[in-house]
Amino acid sequence: MLISPRIPGPEPLAPPRIDTSAAGFTLHGHWTLACMRPHLAALRRILASSSGDLAWDLSGVERLDSFGALLLWRTWGKRYPEMLILPDLLRHAFERIEHPADADSPAAGNKVSRLLARGGQGLLGFLDHLHGMVELIGQVSTELWRLPKHPREIPWLETSAAFYKTGVQALPIAALLGFLIGIVLSYLSALQLQNFGAETFLINILGFGVIRELGPVLVSILVAGRSGSAITAQLGVMRVTEEIDALAAMGVSRHQRLILPKVVALTLVMPLLVAWTSALALVGGALAAKMQLNIDLVSFFERLPSVVPVGNIGIGLGKGAVFGMTIAMIGCHYGLRVKPNTESLSANTTSSVVSSITAVIIIDAIFAVLTRTLGVPR
Amino acid sequence: MSVVELVGVTTRFGRLLVHDHIDLSVHKGDLLALVGGSGEGKTTLLRHIAGLSAPTTGEVKLFGERYDEGSYHVRRLRRQRFGMLFQHGALFSALTVYDNVAFPLRELGGLHEDEVHALVMSRLALVELDPHTAWQMPAQLSGGMVKRAALARALALEPELLLLDEPTAGLDPDRSAGFVRLVRNLHDSLGLTVVFVTHDVDSLLALANRVAVMADRRILACDTPEEIMCLDHAFIDTFFRSLRQRDEPITPWMH
Repeated sequence: MLISPRIPGPEPLAPPRIDTSAAGFTLHGHWTLACMRPHLAALRRILASSSGDLAWDLSGVERLDSFGALLLWRTWGKRYPEMLILPDLLRHAFERIEHPADADSPAAGNKVSRLLARGGQGLLGFLDHLHGMVELIGQVSTELWRLPKHPREIPWLETSAAFYKTGVQALPIAALLGFLIGIVLSYLSALQLQNFGAETFLINILGFGVIRELGPVLVSILVAGRSGSAITAQLGVMRVTEEIDALAAMGVSRHQRLILPKVVALTLVMPLLVAWTSALALVGGALAAKMQLNIDLVSFFERLPSVVPVGNIGIGLGKGAVFGMTIAMIGCHYGLRVKPNTESLSANTTSSVVSSITAVIIIDAIFAVLTRTLGVPR
Repeated sequence: MSVVELVGVTTRFGRLLVHDHIDLSVHKGDLLALVGGSGEGKTTLLRHIAGLSAPTTGEVKLFGERYDEGSYHVRRLRRQRFGMLFQHGALFSALTVYDNVAFPLRELGGLHEDEVHALVMSRLALVELDPHTAWQMPAQLSGGMVKRAALARALALEPELLLLDEPTAGLDPDRSAGFVRLVRNLHDSLGLTVVFVTHDVDSLLALANRVAVMADRRILACDTPEEIMCLDHAFIDTFFRSLRQRDEPITPWMH
């Protein structure tokens, strides 16, 4: 084994120094980026007032890197001075920067053409999204059509895992959310209704509002943030690490193994989550009504079916299923678009959540128009 | 002066003993290869040297100072004196090759953007990358180009010490030989000290002027490649066997 004797303490590096005389310039010390950094402003000043016409003596320089060489080279006007003492060892540094290979960044064109190009890219990007989404829907539908004929290939395990992760694990947070919203809604409505002496209408407001609107939309926003982002991030990382390609290479369809389970699971689990959250919101609302308006809990739930037609439950749960499918599809769509870099992963995850929530609200508005005659008491 | 000095380095991961009192010193101008079987802690030792991890006991000295010695500023200056090439390049995937190489230069501050440009281009030329590569994203590059770009980034500040983790892994023999030639040239022209981990006998013999063999959690020997090859040890035997066999004429395998 070879062990050299230990030599204590580092020797301090001599800082770059430049001595000016009438004849010319004498350089000393370490002319390297790290050593020059603290004295850079002063060195630049001295160099700016010097020129390549005088004599330069570099024999005192201990180390010169290409930055030091670059500074001197530019000071000399990109040529060697007439009178120059340059040790051979330092010449290497100049050789590296004498003949720069160069390439300009590809950004070019004037303002108008850049603007046009950006607009065109935006439009093409939108069409690309549309294309990707249609393709995804098509692939998933094909798989749904094909799988019953090949029951061995049905991804039971993946579906049940997705069911557990997106549904069962969301139960506590969904319960808390629903319960608190129920209390707040009930309390605020009660305050207003008291003014008109219309306390009993609280049950109508809560029943309609929660079962038909708030329940599905609230759960969708929760699930979009919780599971939509997770789906995008998971598929995105699998794209980055080429795991999706590995699946494809083994002849396993990514749509069958990765996407379908998530879409099916979310479509099935969302109505259940909606029912759970709406129920807890109603319980919260009933408790607040009991405290604020002294409406008995039993009479609250006895009156509920008579003022809110049962069709509303169907609308609420149906919306839940559609929203769940939408969130899963959008999550998968953005996940598959991730490019192999970190920036794209974060951008697509953000887009996934924002798009799912927007899509849910737009679809909710469409539902409101289409079902305006359904489940409404006359 | 030793550029790197390890004294009594012992590393434990939980109950697993990885290094057992390792002593090693790397001198200025060395091209030191760290070889050893899988899981012998070669990369861990390299990370100790870079200050990315610390040994359980023992001392790691870089340029004569412990990695945690001195103020924040001093530690930072010390870190700028070495460059590290990670096994998979570790280029910032969200930045272009140009911005990757410019990153350490811009971090240093005080440089004008046109100087950064000139330096980046000179580094790319140094690692023999086409200037147009500068505007590509790391994901668009081939494995060999990623290594070159990562080397350009490691060389951005013209460090005195270069740490290479498996520099030729995943490159075909041709590119691997080219990469070795490149590091050798840089060593000659920049006066670099190089510590590298490798599994590849060819690049080892082409590059190293000293070899440290890690086996049984210790450094078995640290000497010139010729001396190492003469040693009698099971690992050294298997490691160089492929080479010894190659001296014999290659006979086609027949049924």
